[in-house]
Amino acid sequence: MINYDEILNIPPYSMACEEKEKFLTEILGELTGHHYERCLEYRRILDAFGFEPGNIKSYYDIPFLPVRLFKEYELRSVKSSDTAKIVTSSGTTGQQVSRIYLDKETSANQTKALTKIVSSYIGKNRLPMIILDSPAVVKDRAMFSARGAGILGFQMFGRDRIFALDENMELDIKGLEEFLEKHAGEEIFLFGFTFMIWLHFYEALKKIGYHPDISKGIMIHGGGWKKLADRNISGERFKEGLNEVCGISRVYDYYGMAEQTGSIYMECEEGHLHASVFSDIIVRDPFDFSICPVGKKGIIETVSVLPHSYPGHVLLTEDEGVILGEDDCPCGRKGKYFAVCGRIKNAEIRGCSDTYADKG
Amino acid sequence: MSNLELYNKAFVDGLGVEEKELPGLEYQAIPSWDSVGHMNLVAALEDAFDIMMDTDDIIDFSSYEKGKEIMAKYDITI
Repeated sequence: MINYDEILNIPPYSMACEEKEKFLTEILGELTGHHYERCLEYRRILDAFGFEPGNIKSYYDIPFLPVRLFKEYELRSVKSSDTAKIVTSSGTTGQQVSRIYLDKETSANQTKALTKIVSSYIGKNRLPMIILDSPAVVKDRAMFSARGAGILGFQMFGRDRIFALDENMELDIKGLEEFLEKHAGEEIFLFGFTFMIWLHFYEALKKIGYHPDISKGIMIHGGGWKKLADRNISGERFKEGLNEVCGISRVYDYYGMAEQTGSIYMECEEGHLHASVFSDIIVRDPFDFSICPVGKKGIIETVSVLPHSYPGHVLLTEDEGVILGEDDCPCGRKGKYFAVCGRIKNAEIRGCSDTYADKG
Repeated sequence: MSNLELYNKAFVDGLGVEEKELPGLEYQAIPSWDSVGHMNLVAALEDAFDIMMDTDDIIDFSSYEKGKEIMAKYDITI
């Protein structure tokens, strides 16, 4: 049995290379055996590779599943009666969505891991929170889009929450003013998806010339850069722009996906994405899937200790990335740090912010 | 109102349940106690007792009974 309570008590950025490899090999090895026993499709895949789950030397050797498989197959390691909820990935119209089957335990562990990671950035106290999105996204409680699930997951870190956008994605200036007045002088937590923030917050503020003072704000955003890259907006420019319109200086991107909810990769003060102890990144050569050394671009594989109700602990994404280093980021966090370079060619468009159709 | 009455009222208001359903009630056991309902419940409890719960306690708040233990951490005896 995997002792998740123990795992989730490990400080998220405390484990250095050697210890982490041993730790992940043990947990991911056990998960591989668990899914092999309980998920017929997963067993067939491993059997086809001739892979023996009982004899794992390193988690680097565990076969990865392409994320696409979660669209095409119903992959789960729990009975349907034990499925507490199904999260669907983002996908534009016409694209198939992933379906991720969660039981109560996996869902709770995702929340706990997310809390450990995010609290290490914003502290344990819950802050007044501005959700930079429309309440329409979380209106239908039976349907969990990844965008809605992201908002629901992060709202725990807030108190006295407001949605900054109305049902038509228009900025609610009056609501924002009142909120900022009420919480003047306090730290404020802002959460949203990258492209929506740029389009409906940054550009809206710029257009109307309203420059609220959110210099004490801490913003966490995610959901993909494709749409901003298309407009030539870099990560640097994104931060600069937000600083210009509302004075905010603490802005953190995160990289994550519905298939491995919870164990997200947060950006640090140096602008690097970091793997926590709950997950790791392996970059693979696109031609032979060998492991790329530090500095060499390739396809991102993500591993996570959390997926227990579905075989999603070792996945090959459709993103390109590069490992920048391990254990030696100037921010002090242990573990690998990396950058995401974009989507591999001909991959589907996905990502909470990238699948958003801009009507404006 | 007694603390128990306030506690129960927060459940009734936050989750839209009836008081007689409360004993033994667990998170995600009924449709209205999902992650949205959970935060409504937290807000109702925070208003009722004028407290601010830690994120960890919000996560640990897994049932009607467990919640009573958590309230004790905030010096509220139910």
